[in-house]
Amino acid sequence: MTQSPVDTKPKPESPASGHLDHAFNPGPGERRKTWQRFKKHRPALIGLGFIVLLVILALTAQWITPYEPQKVNPRLRGHGPSWDHWLGNDDIGRDILTRIIYGTRIALIVGLGAVSIAVAIGVAIGATAGYFGGKVDFVLSRLIDTLMAFPLLALLLTLSTVFGPSLRNVVVVIGCTVWASYARVVRAEVLSLRERDYVLAARAAGATDRRIITKHVIPNAMGPVIILASLAIGGIIILESALSFLGLGVARPTASWGTMLSDGRDYIRNYPHISIAPGIAIALTVLAFNLIGDGLRDALDPRQRT
Amino acid sequence: MAAYLIKRLSQGVLVLFLVSLLTFFVMYFMPGDPARTMVGQARVTEEQLDAIRDKWGLNDPWYERYGDWIGNLVTGDLGTSMMRPGQGIGDMITDAAGMTLQLNVLAYSLALAIALPVGIFAATKRNSFLDYFSTFGSTVGIAVPNYWIGIMAIVLFSVKLGWLPAYGADSWKSYILPVVVLSIEEMATIMRLIRGTTIEVLNQDFVTTARAKGLAQNVVVMRHVVRNALLPVITMIGYRIAFILSGTIVLETVFSWPGLGQLFFDAITNQDLQVVQAIVLLLTTVVVIMNIVTDLTYAVIDPRVRVR
Repeated sequence: MTQSPVDTKPKPESPASGHLDHAFNPGPGERRKTWQRFKKHRPALIGLGFIVLLVILALTAQWITPYEPQKVNPRLRGHGPSWDHWLGNDDIGRDILTRIIYGTRIALIVGLGAVSIAVAIGVAIGATAGYFGGKVDFVLSRLIDTLMAFPLLALLLTLSTVFGPSLRNVVVVIGCTVWASYARVVRAEVLSLRERDYVLAARAAGATDRRIITKHVIPNAMGPVIILASLAIGGIIILESALSFLGLGVARPTASWGTMLSDGRDYIRNYPHISIAPGIAIALTVLAFNLIGDGLRDALDPRQRT
Repeated sequence: MAAYLIKRLSQGVLVLFLVSLLTFFVMYFMPGDPARTMVGQARVTEEQLDAIRDKWGLNDPWYERYGDWIGNLVTGDLGTSMMRPGQGIGDMITDAAGMTLQLNVLAYSLALAIALPVGIFAATKRNSFLDYFSTFGSTVGIAVPNYWIGIMAIVLFSVKLGWLPAYGADSWKSYILPVVVLSIEEMATIMRLIRGTTIEVLNQDFVTTARAKGLAQNVVVMRHVVRNALLPVITMIGYRIAFILSGTIVLETVFSWPGLGQLFFDAITNQDLQVVQAIVLLLTTVVVIMNIVTDLTYAVIDPRVRVR
């Protein structure tokens, strides 16, 4: 929750609208209050702590893991948990704990990467549709409707078959398909925001459409987007695991929790322990992101508090 | 109202047209050669492959293929499957959709039967053990991927205990695992929602009035609270029904359930483009129709919507 330097810098090019920026962007005081409300939500803090831990694991994976994630060891095929291998070994003798830790990288990259792409596209399209209205809105709204009519997983499976399974494709394909719901929310917010007095004031002061959208409309429409995005990360991690589980997500032999589950299912009769750890890893990560999302919702939108 | 109806219907038709175009183009750019996939390991000459492509219309330009496809669709002809030669796609989809519907109807019934009473009771007894238990349960239930629960259930009840079959849909016993596993996620979502809306309704003035005139707590809850708290739940279920046929792709592959999800996945892996196209179009049509129905229901209930 650090404050970006842009907000406090004077805007030399247009003193009038620069003054308006100051008055109507969420300032440092509001941010501190948000953080204080967030801090009161204990489950959200636990979730945040867990995600910080995951980020550290992901960044330091090559130094802290005792084995190589791709190292095959036929002598240890399907061995259960032991002192040397805390979570046991998989169907070709790879260390499961090592692969779980490396799997955090995939989960975080896909979760955060895909959400960033989706928010960027959704905000741009939603704000454009809501602000300009008329024909622009009609065309963009039908585009949003079309995308929202597709069952997400069916569309993702089809697109992954077309582009081929790889980490980059998973991030891009998920990001480019889930943005429609953000666009719809932003559009609705912007529809009401564009009639507000401060937008009229900015327009009267001679600000361009582009400036009004980026400086006045979008910052004020971001609250619901942040809530939606934080609550969506968990769902996206589950989507990635499902795609990888079906063999159309992250390509083997990269350690992804979904592909690990898929390996586990193939050996469900002989080595059932392979399937346990990846599922728990997915569940805890999704739970942590959902708790953060709940906390953010309470902090950013106190009206919706349950 | 008529004007609103016409507007929504024409928008729906436009969206369906865009959906069909998008589906077609994704299929069009599908890598690989369906003709070669179809012959499998058999030795064939390039001429024979070309004859197959001709027969399936794979050599025609895109607008002809799209036109043929839509033309056949309108007359109710979905064509025949490539991966299961001789089988009509219409029959395949009808059978599979029936199995998926069975699974979902049973799972939803189970989820509602448990989630509604528990959620409402948890809301009326805030901070009780049941309240904490159901809140915790629904938070966890949403986070755990249901296909993993499916795998764990197979490990426990089929592999270790040997009580229930792990795959297929042969007897009533094979319904138990998929139905229960599918219901867990729905249960979690419904419980969370009904608890939240019940708490909201409990704080409203008319509830206080009902209490003030001396009604017993359970009468207040049954007569005044539940009816109002159910509205958002019905809305949410209506929204989820739109995706009912497509929500079980992964779970169906885990349990080898002969439903639409499994059929879709088989068609994707076997590059049976006709089947994939037909299923996607069916799924999206259901969504578009359900959205229009939901909007119209709102318009009937709330006249302000029509003006927008």
